[in-house]
Amino acid sequence: MSDMDEMEDGSGIVKKFMFLNRKAPHGTVYALEGLEVVLITAAFDQDVSMVFTDDGIYQLMKGIDTKGIEVKDFSRTYRALEGYDIEKLYVDQASLDARGLTEDDLIVDVTVLSVDEMANLMAEQDVVISF
Amino acid sequence: MLHIVNKSATERSTLESCLRMATKGSAVLLIEDAVYAATNGNAAAAKIQAAAADLKIYALGPDLAARGMAGRVLDGVNVVDYGGFVDLVAEHSNCQSWL
Repeated sequence: MSDMDEMEDGSGIVKKFMFLNRKAPHGTVYALEGLEVVLITAAFDQDVSMVFTDDGIYQLMKGIDTKGIEVKDFSRTYRALEGYDIEKLYVDQASLDARGLTEDDLIVDVTVLSVDEMANLMAEQDVVISF
Repeated sequence: MLHIVNKSATERSTLESCLRMATKGSAVLLIEDAVYAATNGNAAAAKIQAAAADLKIYALGPDLAARGMAGRVLDGVNVVDYGGFVDLVAEHSNCQSWL
């Protein structure tokens, strides 16, 4: 396939996608819906970054037990992201600090960024999708 | 009076509104995303602890567990189950949900 063909049908183009997660896991449906969209995007071989800031950090808490509220526990799915080649997970230090949390409280390995680093990461994306 | 708050204090201002209006001796029940405010190190923790001098503060246990927060509850906050939620509603003559 020539370069021109690739341009016309859109295949082979890799864009930088950032999924920005800012909501706690169960009070709204945003966290679960966001996770579903990320998994779909992964199927299209895009350059995906997942960012957790503000209450979005709470999506990654260890020790979640949803039996009492009778909803699905989707927190384990974050550990499966690696299997979909989604390995760029970021949180920001200020959001951890405001909630008394550290990296050790989270179920997946993340890169902790400063506000400036997070801002630069956002600015360099082709597409930012917010949940 | 029983006040019920269900939104995260780090996202919405309903907890603050509630604490401003709650009179001495009233009860405040934190449910759903509001339970984060009653956990160690949260930005709202100091407000909860200050309020606990004049108010009875409760948090719903199943909502804490669902958020991985069962082991992080502030001293002075009473954890209740769904039966305790019903008891609180029955014990108080009136109730305000801060939506």
